[in-house]
Order: sequence, then C-alpha cells, then structure tokens
Amino acid sequence: MAEVDGVRRRDFINIAAVSAAGVAGVGVVIPLVSQMSASADVLAASSTEVDISSIQPGQAIKAIFRKQPVFVRNLTPKEIKEANAVDVSTLRDPQTLEERTKEGKENWLITMGVCTHLGCVPLGAGDGENRGEFGGYFCPCHGSSYDTAARIRKGPAPKNLEVPEYEFTSDTVVKIG
Amino acid sequence: MSFPWAKEYKPSHPFMKWMDDRLPLPRLVYNAVGSGYEVPRNLNYFWNFGFLAGLCLVLQIVTGIVMAMHYASNTAVAFDTIEMTVRDVNWGWLMRYAHANGASAFFVVIYIHIFRGFYYGSYKAPREMVWLLGVVIFLLMMATAFMGYVLPWGQMSFWGAKVITGLFSAIPLVGEPLQQWLLGGFAPDNAALNRFFSLHYLLPFVILGVVILHIWALHIPGSSNPTGVEVKSESDTVPFYPYYVAKDGWAIGVFAFLYCLMVFFFPNALGHPDNYIPANPMSTPAHIVPEWYFWPFYAILRAFTQDFFFIPAKLMGVLAMFGAILVWFFLPWLDKSPVRSGSYRPMYKKFFWFGLIPAMAVLFYCGGAPAEEPYVMFSQIAALYYFAHFLIVLPIVSAIEKPLPLPYSITESVLGEDEAAKLAPSA
Repeated sequence: MAEVDGVRRRDFINIAAVSAAGVAGVGVVIPLVSQMSASADVLAASSTEVDISSIQPGQAIKAIFRKQPVFVRNLTPKEIKEANAVDVSTLRDPQTLEERTKEGKENWLITMGVCTHLGCVPLGAGDGENRGEFGGYFCPCHGSSYDTAARIRKGPAPKNLEVPEYEFTSDTVVKIG
Repeated sequence: MSFPWAKEYKPSHPFMKWMDDRLPLPRLVYNAVGSGYEVPRNLNYFWNFGFLAGLCLVLQIVTGIVMAMHYASNTAVAFDTIEMTVRDVNWGWLMRYAHANGASAFFVVIYIHIFRGFYYGSYKAPREMVWLLGVVIFLLMMATAFMGYVLPWGQMSFWGAKVITGLFSAIPLVGEPLQQWLLGGFAPDNAALNRFFSLHYLLPFVILGVVILHIWALHIPGSSNPTGVEVKSESDTVPFYPYYVAKDGWAIGVFAFLYCLMVFFFPNALGHPDNYIPANPMSTPAHIVPEWYFWPFYAILRAFTQDFFFIPAKLMGVLAMFGAILVWFFLPWLDKSPVRSGSYRPMYKKFFWFGLIPAMAVLFYCGGAPAEEPYVMFSQIAALYYFAHFLIVLPIVSAIEKPLPLPYSITESVLGEDEAAKLAPSA
C-alpha cells in the first residue's frame, strides 16, 4: 500500500511524529511553568484568626494574612457617617460601606493593607499615622488616599483596598481566609 | 566579512598551525580583536565604551561568582549572609562593594554607549541588528540588576520587588495570576528570593551570549565612526591591535581610577540606607526608590496619574515605562536621514542637546525625587518630550533637514583635502 487516495505512508509517519513531538513538548512545558506557581505550603498558610476584643472605636490593628498585612479597624459612628455621606456614583470603584462590611458589624472594616496601586502598605492603621485627607488610609509611595470605608478617593490606585474573605467565629474573633 | 586589506592570520609555530587546522580559535580572536580587524582611524573616546562595557560584564561575573560562594538565598538568612560576607569573609567587603558599585559602573558605561549611538546614528543601516541586539542586552541588564538588588533582602530589596512585580498586576485579566506566578506566592517571599537568585546567576551568561552576537553583527560592516562616512580605502583604517588595544588600555586606566574611587572611598554613596534594614513585609519605607539607573524609567511610570480614556492610570504608566525602551527598537526606521553622524545634522543636533538630553536629565532627577509636585509635573513634561522626540521629532527632522556637506572620506576628515586619498580606487 504505497499510496491510498494520494496519501503516502511517509506523510502519515511525518504527521504522527511531529504531532507526538508537539504533545511531548507541551507535556514538558507544563511542569516547568507550573512549578513557579505558589506551592502547597504557601497556599496552606492562607487563613488567620484575629482577636478583636481589645480594639477600641477609632483604633486599628495590623494582622498578617498570607504574609501580607490586614487592617482590622473599629470605625467610630462619625467615620461610618462620613463613609455613608459619600455619593457612591462619584467613586472610582463604587461600593457602599455595607457592601464592604458584614451585616450588623458595620463598624468592623477589615481590608488588606496592600495599596491597589503597586502594593505598598498604606499608613493609617498605627497610632498617630497619617490617614490622608479622607481620614482612612494614605499610601506614602505614590500618594493614594483612601476614605473611612477604605475606598480609593485620590491618587493613582485603581481599586478600593481589597476586602478579604472572612467571618466572625464569635463576637470577638474573626477568621480571615 | 572584513576589508580586503585586513591582515590574514598566519600561524608560525608548528603547534599553532596544528591548532589552526583543527580548532581555529586563535584565528577567530585575531580577526575579532587582533591585527586582523581593521577599524576606522578617527574614532574618538566615545568609542571606548563598548570595550569598557565588556570589561564591566567580566568584572560583574567574577565578583558575582565570589558573592554566590558566601550567599544563601533564604529569607531567614539572606540579609545576614551579606553582612557576614562583608564583615567576616577575607576580602569579602571588597567583593561586595566591587559587585554593587560594579553594577552602577556598568550602567554609567552603557548609558554613555547608548547615547553615543543616538548622537552618531550608530543604529542606522547597515548596523540595525547591532543596535537591536544592544537594546536586548540593555533589557537583560535591567532584569539582572533588579533581581540582584533584591538578593540582600533589605527593606528596599523587598519593596522594590513588590512594586516592580506589582507592575504586572496592571495587565488586564491575567495580571494578578501572573504576578503570583512570578513570585510563587502572594507577596515576595522565599520562593521569589530563590528564583531571583537562580535567574540572577543565569542572566549574565545570557547577556554574554548576546554580546557575542552583538560583536559578530558589528564586525560584518565594521565599526562606525564620528563622521558616519563608511570606510573607502586602506588609509581610512588601522588594525585593532595594537592601535585600539592601546587606546582601550588607556580607557581602562581612567575607568579603573574612577571605579576604585567609588569602591574604596564612597562604597555606599549610590546605595540606599534603608537597604541596611532587614526586609519587613509589614512596613513600607516612606520613600521607595529604585537604584539610580532606573530613575528615568521610574519617573515615566509615575508620570501617569490620570485615567486615559478607558485605560487606567496604573496600566498607562506601566505601558509607558516599557514603551520608553521598546521605542528604541524602532529607532532605525523612525530616523530616516541618510546622514548618520549628528555632527553633520544641524537640526538633529539641536534636538539632541536641547531636547533629548535635558528631558533625560529631568526624568533622572524626578525619578529619584518623592512622588509629589512639582516633580510629577516636570516628569510629565519630560516624558511627553521623550516620546515626542522619537515618534514625532525624528521622523520630521529627518525629512526636512538639510545636512552639512560630508567629508569625502575618513582620511580626508583627518588630514584635510588629500588628492591621493581622493584618487585612490575605492575598495
């Protein structure tokens, strides 16, 4: 069977060999690329419990979640009022304070302490730190200002400070992640 | 290729003859950097910087291999191993400062080398490939230098790594997964430090490979020269050895003097004091700056503070920063003037000295300054000119400019009107 319908035996061997080499090539590349992703131990360290019983209204603490800072802030009634007074449609990343907190726990603002511009840690969680002109957080690297709901108001950052997944396991303990 | 009058390699010793028939490595060296390579006789000191760049690469590889012998790429000990190298290892202080300042010296040399190319039109036909490979080398150098700066795992190392990998998160859709893939985690940590070390060791050898291609491509048409007039006859050239070997030797002397001045008397002048604080992921330094050689590009990154139609400011800044170097790839086709050397281009020369150079100087200064007014506005104006220079000024100038008359030959430019040179048959 030298030739059937114009297809030679050699054509079949060529296509089969190149296809097999292509599949093998992809098979080699997958592990080489995938090994660079976050490893199992990095992914495993991805939940944190925080005791919030000692945080007074107006105070904030920095916790560690996935080796990055998390801000846990107890908002004062005045700060909540300020956040709710803003017309959401004027915001760069429109969200209300309710959407960024848990129901019945609107005073607990829990966000990543990672500026959405290039990843610096904004100021404002420590005592006496500059909270910027909107009273929330201020990133010193490139001047992004966040309001009391940690929403971006001014500067180059494109998004509000990220709200991680979390739940209240009791009235005084929050599980993040 | 070489000129017909170039000397041929003729081994005299029987062993060298034996060798030449089997592995003609001595012949290769002879033709590349020996008497067999004919070079224009009129090169000025700006032509020394290619050789000096090669020297810097060797210097970095040698001191870098030594540093790697004492370094451990683990976040728990990386900072301490560098301090231990400086304090406890015999001559470790010398190796560390020679390597850190060697990076700065390399960039000083390479910036002069690049701007030599801009002024004298070294990127023009038939040397486009030399130029393109040079831009590739520069990009590789930037990647290598960035990863090297992360290795001591100080505050600037950590936050530099975070900010620079954060650039990738600006890319729509794939940005954040891409950043996590690059870092091997959610923030710079052990995985990132290890891979940066691995790549920091690898890339210099990739650079070495591209440098060989760069020189190979250069030696096809041969070196350019300050007049931009191509070599016409034997009287236009001298052999690389001994003439330019001697001149490059003199350049090494001047370079070594300035370099040693930095290494021995101002070893930390170009570093940042915050990098002597161990990395702390919980606290950002008040003023993050990259190493000085990235300042112009960092200034362009920060110049974009407003969303541009549907493109967010952050992505715009990242695109502009990479675009500032990528535009160099198109330079040979943006500048259409048939005259190479800026010395014979009155209009181009003005835009070079009073446009490009001041714009770069402003970007340099603003990249190291805090992200506040008036520096942001200055960066914006300078960045605007920078891009306009390449994309608008060069095409227009090269179309309307009336160049000055070129000398007939290199010999004529050196010796004045020379009838013998004029009548000599062109090769």
